[in-house]
Amino acid sequence: MRNLKNLALAAAMVCLGGTAAQAGCGISGGSVRILANDFAALHAVVGKAEECAGGGVTFSKNHTAEHKDLQVAALKANPAEYTSAVVANGSIVPLMNEGLIRPLDDLVAKYGQGLQKHQLITIDGKVMAVAFMANAQHLFYRKDILAKAGVSVPKTYEEVLAASKAIRDKGLMQHPFALNTKTGWNLGEEFVNMYLGHGGEFFKPGTAQVSVNNAKGVATLNMLKSLVQYSNPDYLTFDSNATAAEWEAGKLALAVLWGSRGAPILDDEGSTAEVTGNTVLTGAPTVGGGSIPATTLWWDGFTIAKNISDQDAEATFRALVHGISSEMVRANNDKAVWLIEGYVPGKAAEGVSASAVGGASPYPMLPYMGLLHTALGAEISDFLQGKESAQQALADVEAAYTTAAKEKGFL
Amino acid sequence: MPHRTFFWFMLPSLVSMILLIAVPIVSVLVQSLYIEHEQVVVTIESCGPFGCKQETSIDLEATAKLREAEPLGRFNGLGTYFNRNHLATEEIAAAWSNSGSLKAFLVQVLNLPFYKALSFTLTYTFLVTPLVILLGFFIALGVNSLSSWLKGPTIFVSLLPMIVTPLIGSLILFWMIDARGILGAFLQRLFDDPELSLKASPALTWVMLIVYGVWHSAPFAFIVFYAGLQTVPEETLEAATIDGATRGQRLRHVVVPHLMPLVVFITLMQLMDNFRVLEPIVGFSASANATSLSWIIFNDLRGQDVQLFGSAAATSMLTILGVSILMTPVLIRTWRDFHRKVA
Repeated sequence: MRNLKNLALAAAMVCLGGTAAQAGCGISGGSVRILANDFAALHAVVGKAEECAGGGVTFSKNHTAEHKDLQVAALKANPAEYTSAVVANGSIVPLMNEGLIRPLDDLVAKYGQGLQKHQLITIDGKVMAVAFMANAQHLFYRKDILAKAGVSVPKTYEEVLAASKAIRDKGLMQHPFALNTKTGWNLGEEFVNMYLGHGGEFFKPGTAQVSVNNAKGVATLNMLKSLVQYSNPDYLTFDSNATAAEWEAGKLALAVLWGSRGAPILDDEGSTAEVTGNTVLTGAPTVGGGSIPATTLWWDGFTIAKNISDQDAEATFRALVHGISSEMVRANNDKAVWLIEGYVPGKAAEGVSASAVGGASPYPMLPYMGLLHTALGAEISDFLQGKESAQQALADVEAAYTTAAKEKGFL
Repeated sequence: MPHRTFFWFMLPSLVSMILLIAVPIVSVLVQSLYIEHEQVVVTIESCGPFGCKQETSIDLEATAKLREAEPLGRFNGLGTYFNRNHLATEEIAAAWSNSGSLKAFLVQVLNLPFYKALSFTLTYTFLVTPLVILLGFFIALGVNSLSSWLKGPTIFVSLLPMIVTPLIGSLILFWMIDARGILGAFLQRLFDDPELSLKASPALTWVMLIVYGVWHSAPFAFIVFYAGLQTVPEETLEAATIDGATRGQRLRHVVVPHLMPLVVFITLMQLMDNFRVLEPIVGFSASANATSLSWIIFNDLRGQDVQLFGSAAATSMLTILGVSILMTPVLIRTWRDFHRKVA
């Protein structure tokens, strides 16, 4: 009896040891603590990385939409609260500004064989992040409504206006178009997209001096104002959740939405077959005779904190490399536009890839871009509501930015 | 009480007041006098999935040295208080000299973020405060005259708006007044206007926020007045009735004077609370049409990836100043009353 008990215990030990060795992804030990935004694609990546837990590797994660507000304080602590922050090209900047993330060259050389060259975010010759997915805002359209209105798929924003007018004039929809125009970050992002589409430059070259109060800035604002005439009057409260809901409710025929919303819109939940069956994703339109799509390209990737032990950094890097493996992509192919080997672009990816192929610019990774983005988001709604002229709105943007940039020490 | 005993008796609350109120305020004051170091930027090449690009980046070593030399940042005196995003003295002077009429001047002033926010904050404070007091008083009178078995449930239901967290309450109402929400759709039917949107028009947004503020705060005034009504002296009321006073006269000459100290109390609390209005603006996504001083602080700290601590601190100090100015008349009145009674 006693022998039997020992045997059972030994067997259990072997099993435990066996799973631990497998679960650890070959990592000998260390702590993995991940801070990330809260959407399906990131759940897939971090969930896959969690398989490495066990066998001396402790694992914790925090998926929160507030990640941007946590990350700087959390990584500034020593040792840092999180060993990795999952960022995008906008949110990596504050971490870079404070020097809170470590160069990954040695880790990439040792454990990053499966990564592709274009996944490595290299800043001043050093790898600072590993990207795994791309995102962009681009055109969604309803082919049935466009056909009823007798218009072809718009390639430019001028054609979007004409198509919206046709849809309204035929009485198909009163408010056929939407952008994410909620005052604040979303509205600022629409200006950034449209201004880049016009070929604008945000700053005087090589300086932090803003220069948006020009003909291109005015043209950008006028285009935005013309577009929102075809939006629901509540447009200044429209964020991504609101526009996606409007789309799924069948209230829109044309919209410029985030690519990452493509899969949830096209799936069979939350909408009718009439809407999903007729929804097509395509590249962002060009504007004002420009040649590149009026949108910005975004990547999501992971960074490794500086204020942690080398062992934890290694464990975190290896766990996340496991998290973005081709195996994960095979299981979650349609959740995002993956930049990872083995990804098969589906219907939901067409808009983002068309925008990238069209030559859209990446969102600028400048240390003072965030200040300008905030100023844009707060100041241009007055113009859209007809309270002031375009020049006045742009002058307000420049004044608000300049004041903030002086306080931050950029000017 | 001997001074010694009084000192030991007061010590715990004195210490906690210094630690929890005075020290943070002083720290915020100090923060508001400084701005960040000059950032040393360098041009570097950054590469990613979408190709390579020349970008500027912060020179960390140089910045770290500056930081070590002056941990608080650069001293800016009251510069932050007077810059364009706060009191904007230069802009106001320029507006005064280049605008022909008072109206043009006001348009330019109200285009500045601080004054835009102040105009809504003050309107909100001066409309919500009296309306809350009136509404709370009449609810209290109504509930007080109910038969006793109805009182409990009515009090509970009347208190509900105050129990709901402000942010949640405003979010729920935000969806109800949506064009496809129950209230929004009803109003569109009622006025037969499919374009009617409470969220789009600045005037309607202000009305909506003020109605929300009254709805949310009236229960507070109600419960205070209701407690006060229980202490109205029966004899005086009876004497007044015998003297032939009508219900209105009893209310005016007995009940209201008796409740006056409570009115002062509620006014003080409401002035402070309403001047700091924030949650409904966030909940209703109303910042395009209405901003407040607290919203400016919120936007400085949470608007983007970068925080403007100096700017937020300056607005906080201006808010404290604003609250003090608002409360001064009420406090002076209380002080006089107190001295009259002592004398």
